[in-house]
Amino acid sequence: MKSPALHMLLALTSLVIMAALSLMIGASDMNLGAVIRGEGDDTLILLASRIPRTLAIILTGVSMAISGLIFQMLTRNKFVEPATAGTAESAGLGLLIAIAFFPAAPLLAKMSIAALCAIAGTLLFLRILDRLPPHEPLLVPLVGLMLGGVIGAVATFFAYQADLLQYLGIWTTGEFSGVLRGRYELLWITGILALIGYLYADQFSIMGMGRDVSITLGLDHRTVMWIGLIIVSVTTAVVVVTVGAIPFLGLIVPNIVSRIMGDNLRAAVPWAASLGAGALLLCDIIGRVIRQPYEIPIGTIFGVVGAAVFLYLLLGRQSHAVR
Amino acid sequence: MIEISNVSHNIDGAPILSDVSLTIPRGGITALIGPNGAGKSTLLSLIARLVRLQSGVITVDGADVTTTPTDTLARKLSILRQDNSVAARLTVADLVGFGRYPHHKGRPAPEDHALVDHALEMMGLTQLRDRFLDELSGGQRQRAYVAMVLAQDTDYVLLDEPLNNLDMKHAREMMERLKAAASQGKSFVIVVHDINFAAAYADLIVALKDGRVHSLGTPAEIVTRPKLGEVFDLDIVVETVGGHPLALHQIAPPPQTGT
Amino acid sequence: MPSDSALPHTTVPKPRLSQQTKRLTLLALLAVFAVGLFLTLGVPSGAWEFALSFRAGKLAGLILVAFAIAASTQLFHAATRNQILTPAIMGFDALYMMIQTLLVFGLGSMAMLDIDPMTKFAAETFVMMAFSTGLFLWLFTAKSRDLHLLVLVGIIFGTLFRSLSNFIARMIDPNEFVVVQGAMFARFNSVNIDLLWVAIALTALTLPVLWHMRHQFDVLALGRETAIGLGLHYRRVMLSAFAIIGLLVSVSTALVGPVTFFGLLVVHLAYRLLPGARFAPTLLASSLVAIVTLVGGQAIYEHVLGLQGTLSVVIDALGGITFLYLLLKGVRR
Repeated sequence: MKSPALHMLLALTSLVIMAALSLMIGASDMNLGAVIRGEGDDTLILLASRIPRTLAIILTGVSMAISGLIFQMLTRNKFVEPATAGTAESAGLGLLIAIAFFPAAPLLAKMSIAALCAIAGTLLFLRILDRLPPHEPLLVPLVGLMLGGVIGAVATFFAYQADLLQYLGIWTTGEFSGVLRGRYELLWITGILALIGYLYADQFSIMGMGRDVSITLGLDHRTVMWIGLIIVSVTTAVVVVTVGAIPFLGLIVPNIVSRIMGDNLRAAVPWAASLGAGALLLCDIIGRVIRQPYEIPIGTIFGVVGAAVFLYLLLGRQSHAVR
Repeated sequence: MIEISNVSHNIDGAPILSDVSLTIPRGGITALIGPNGAGKSTLLSLIARLVRLQSGVITVDGADVTTTPTDTLARKLSILRQDNSVAARLTVADLVGFGRYPHHKGRPAPEDHALVDHALEMMGLTQLRDRFLDELSGGQRQRAYVAMVLAQDTDYVLLDEPLNNLDMKHAREMMERLKAAASQGKSFVIVVHDINFAAAYADLIVALKDGRVHSLGTPAEIVTRPKLGEVFDLDIVVETVGGHPLALHQIAPPPQTGT
Repeated sequence: MPSDSALPHTTVPKPRLSQQTKRLTLLALLAVFAVGLFLTLGVPSGAWEFALSFRAGKLAGLILVAFAIAASTQLFHAATRNQILTPAIMGFDALYMMIQTLLVFGLGSMAMLDIDPMTKFAAETFVMMAFSTGLFLWLFTAKSRDLHLLVLVGIIFGTLFRSLSNFIARMIDPNEFVVVQGAMFARFNSVNIDLLWVAIALTALTLPVLWHMRHQFDVLALGRETAIGLGLHYRRVMLSAFAIIGLLVSVSTALVGPVTFFGLLVVHLAYRLLPGARFAPTLLASSLVAIVTLVGGQAIYEHVLGLQGTLSVVIDALGGITFLYLLLKGVRR
């Protein structure tokens, strides 16, 4: 890490290039000249569909990566993220409940219900964690997966009985093909939350060193825990409601960053944000190009690409592996 | 001055501390000794508000540890616990840097950096500052934790087994450095298992047994064959070397003749 | 915390042995009761002969699935020396479905229709066994990897396999959305009876092997170094274990589809019912627990509650809650 600033600049440049690529690619060809001259439908496509889509992808990537990072600090466990803690499933269940009982409610109201459910589910997870022995870190993802399984099963049963099966995959298959102007703006909430997360980076880093250290350093443990909990839960809920969750984004990106940069969040958050956004942009571009004119959901592509990259990092470089 | 009055503590109904009253003076090194389960670590945790007080009062320079805001206390008192399992991947400089958090709250000033450098220097970690904790040996990691607590630069420093994992050289160096800092007005309260370190470096020794203060005094008063015999239920020969009492606890005393 | 697992060669004290027998007997009785319920509940008078023969086939399928899931999970735990990863969490069922899709892709769907389903199933199972042993060779023998890494890698493999199978399905036919949606949870009420005989034959093959190797699996669970130190042919035993796991996962997935938490649940219940027991009695217990849950649950679900299709979901929910409860209760003690 000779010059972090230069590396960051490189990362941001490639991010901008990918964002530009993402704007250019799509089902209908776009003529850049026509856009600049303001002719025809192309400007409309750009403003109504392409830009919202690219923004949605960047916001989702940034906020999910930062949420994962924060969640891992709060629980002091590298395997925790919204999809392995019941948060995503709770948000999905909340959305199903909102659709079933308040079908006419505006999206913001549905999102609020999903967010409340996500907070409740995450709180339950944290309560259970309090009762686990601290020296068995592997119980944590086990409990999280189980809790997520239970909540997911409740949601599936509910969906089956209420004839809402088509909404079922909502927390496992993120898709950006439906993103249009007017249907993604809620995602700006996640951007704000990610920013708040960055402001509290030091506090979250200290939380990552454990309760005793944070008390010794005079941290208001409970407050910081609540701030983190709300950032993670609300971000997850917004993403689930608007585009559907991308499982393991919050696991893979922070783990890669942690391996290279360490867990001092002040330094790690910008990297997690750019890596999260970059990974999602790349997967979205692949998903749109590989089987034209059809589109393969970003969650599927991310599952393949992200998992493969992560496995390579974990297994390929044994010298730097975890102790 | 740390004042402990009438502190009792139970865990799951089992008494850990029973009506402990004790005054730890300002400045110097106070060593807590006693057999396993005597309540030494619990007492440190109570002073440092890591564990909530069940009964009694503890004040640090007059500030009640239960009512004083936690960030105020963090500038007055720091603690290093025995089992430090920081799972986060931090560099040595990062870790020690967080010791300054109570003072700068996220916006480190030049003097913070200077104090971090000084703490690293004191613990001989300057070469290792950019290494991750999980790439260090046990002894190096232990020195990093101590450096973090020193960087916090509080008047009172509580250390639970600071010599864990240290080899002889680093153990002696650590005690020498604590002694030097103590002579400049800092107060250290340390739990040590090796009684000879307490005998050689402490100004005051407090012997705990079964959750009570058994006795307290200077090393010359406490490190004696009868006192140690009572506290540890073990017959320990004590010699005097270079003016310090030296407990030969590793060897059983030779069979008594003449009685 | 010193536990008796640190001393694997102390003789098992007498009272525990009798308690073990007692609990196994109780489980067996419960299983028989569940089977009775399944066969007789809600049969209209006069239709006995038809109902029995119809239900017997389904029953055989469910028992087969119960055993396959319990045995593969427990074997996986012994081989990888952890109690969290299961073949299902590692996405082995998705791997099987991926192989299915790939075979369709490779041979062309037209040719596929002409092949006898039993031959096809046998071929898929064979490929699956090759795949899982190959995966194991790559993943688990290189060095003794630490458990954290293994669990992380396992969860990621689950994602990879599920996404890959989804991806390949969409690459072949982007309109084929239904296939993916339909395979999201197992359907116990529609056991694939066509494959029953092959499945029974394949599973029966594993029984003598499991019995013969039961002591070796006990040693295997002590970890690689210890096992080699005790003179075990580590590689050979691991290869056999993963081949059997591949076969059993194929059987259960082909018969009912993917089941996520069932294996984890029944195996952990067995661990708690027979604490510290050896491989063979634990396998008996976990299979019995699986049969009681699956057969009894299906009987009640279908014939008492009159519900269809989502038993696997209810089992996941109730099972998960039971599991969390046991975990927390065990921790508090």
